[in-house]
Amino acid sequence: MSNATNSNEVCQNASIDIKGINKSYGKLQALNNVDLVIEQGTVFALLGPNGSGKTTLVRILTTLLRPDSGSAHVAGYDVVREAHSVRSVIGLAGQYPAVDEILTGKENLEMIGRLYHLGKSVARARAKELLNRFDLAEAANRQVKTFSGGMRRRLDLAATLIARPSILFLDEPTTGLDPRSRLGLWEVIAAQAKDCNTVFLTTQYLEEADRLANKIAIIDKGRVLRQGTNQELKECCGGDTLIKVRIADSNKISKASDVLEDLAAGKLVSYPDTGEITIPAINGPSLMPEIVRRLDAHNIIIAELALKPPTLDDVFLSITGHTALENAEAKQNTHITGRDDK
Amino acid sequence: MNIITGSSIMNSLSDIGVMTRRNMLRYIRLPQLLVFNALLNVVLLLLFNYVFGGAIQTGGIAYIQYFLPGFMVQTVVFGSTQTSVGLSEDLAKGMIDRFRSLPISRLAFITGRVITDAVRYAVLITLMIIVGSIMGFRFENGIMPVLSGIGLTILFGIALTWVGVFIGISVKDVETAQVAGFVWVFPLVFASSLYVPIETMPSWLQVFSNINPVTPMVDTMRALSLGGSISASLWKTLAWDAAIILIFLTLALRRYKSIGQ
Repeated sequence: MSNATNSNEVCQNASIDIKGINKSYGKLQALNNVDLVIEQGTVFALLGPNGSGKTTLVRILTTLLRPDSGSAHVAGYDVVREAHSVRSVIGLAGQYPAVDEILTGKENLEMIGRLYHLGKSVARARAKELLNRFDLAEAANRQVKTFSGGMRRRLDLAATLIARPSILFLDEPTTGLDPRSRLGLWEVIAAQAKDCNTVFLTTQYLEEADRLANKIAIIDKGRVLRQGTNQELKECCGGDTLIKVRIADSNKISKASDVLEDLAAGKLVSYPDTGEITIPAINGPSLMPEIVRRLDAHNIIIAELALKPPTLDDVFLSITGHTALENAEAKQNTHITGRDDK
Repeated sequence: MNIITGSSIMNSLSDIGVMTRRNMLRYIRLPQLLVFNALLNVVLLLLFNYVFGGAIQTGGIAYIQYFLPGFMVQTVVFGSTQTSVGLSEDLAKGMIDRFRSLPISRLAFITGRVITDAVRYAVLITLMIIVGSIMGFRFENGIMPVLSGIGLTILFGIALTWVGVFIGISVKDVETAQVAGFVWVFPLVFASSLYVPIETMPSWLQVFSNINPVTPMVDTMRALSLGGSISASLWKTLAWDAAIILIFLTLALRRYKSIGQ
């Protein structure tokens, strides 16, 4: 880890350049005309629900899968025609840890290091360094089959980093991670983004994308719906707060929606059954008095008024009008009453 | 980035070495894999020799003399199904995706597997010779023919290992790999000159047995152990080795490239 911090101008080259990628599995179109440009030094989050095509895109960019059409360049190399060159500059941590249970932690890392052609002594030194960094030094000489789930994930991540990849792919990296490992992962991501290295991660959680990434794209059913900086996304797609109003008399819901419509930063959604209205907003707290005033002026009684950070579901709702989990889990929007905006 | 070819050859050799070492460590740390495989072979050897041996007419020579050279071939034929099991396990656990995302050649990954298996075959054949000797088997043709016979048997095993590799990375799970192996090895082993002289079979089966790659291999091994003319069966078996490797190496490499498509 060199401490040299590069100025931003050096990091202007496109690190990942995706043009019109399509991929189908039989009748299922996993990716539909995906275009993305990710600059060097970016922590990029691909945000979307299960089955939206995130893993398919990662597999194409890491040369594991061929696109049906379109092209993708990673670090300037074509992922199909120059797959071997792509592989030498990337690191991939898939959704499930891919570590050899029969080998020890140390042997796993040295093996991967050797396969990146680091040379015996470099691989050994680098393995030792990473075992320390990921809190695995004590378990270094134990077979991986004795490792806990969290330890396996850490080892998997260490293996991914062994050759100092300039582009790091992390497919749902925090799934199944204990809090300590999660913290370690965040440090890794932050360290990686220095020196013009790039991180491409996928996640189902808006909060996670917001915290880790400085560029986000939202994907659903194989299409990239929006992309931009975190701030741009919030501004276009429902703001940084979600205001939830429940009125006492649900018959008045259409009136209430009309009255509050223009306050919404994205699509206002009303639920006639429960009398609930959700309003995506920028700077939500400042709108609360206005909401109360307007409803009061129309004699609409408020049963509940709450602020919460928007979830991926809310962002989806405001972009597409359907929730991310609509088909998958039919999850209800849960009340998080009285929770402060972060 | 124009590294001379020499360095990429060195890289490939190093990759093969790393992969081989990894597979070897599996056998060393999970010795039961090899031990049960060996035990099964010993049990089969005893059963076939003492249960069927007396009933099979082999033209005057003791059945163990007739049978053991072929049994060594059977050891590698059965052994090649283990290759499928190991590889499908790697596939199921995501190891193959990990390796495919690394800058190593497809050939290096699979070759590491094949070398490990060749070593495994050598160990098993040696064991069969030891047990066979205790049961009364004797090489009647001197040491050099025996060693070349063992070499040829291992080569035959390597050829079949490519079939095992192809199956291992083509099927969805470990159990399927196991069963899929038996489907093709049983006809090969039994409808050949391995257990009984082909002349005792119905004529339609003789047709299959005569083109079965196991038959010339067994005939070669038998001739090298006991004496007799080998040239015809030797050429046939070498041709089979080449054909099997060519076809299944191509299939396996193509399959490896398109895993998950």
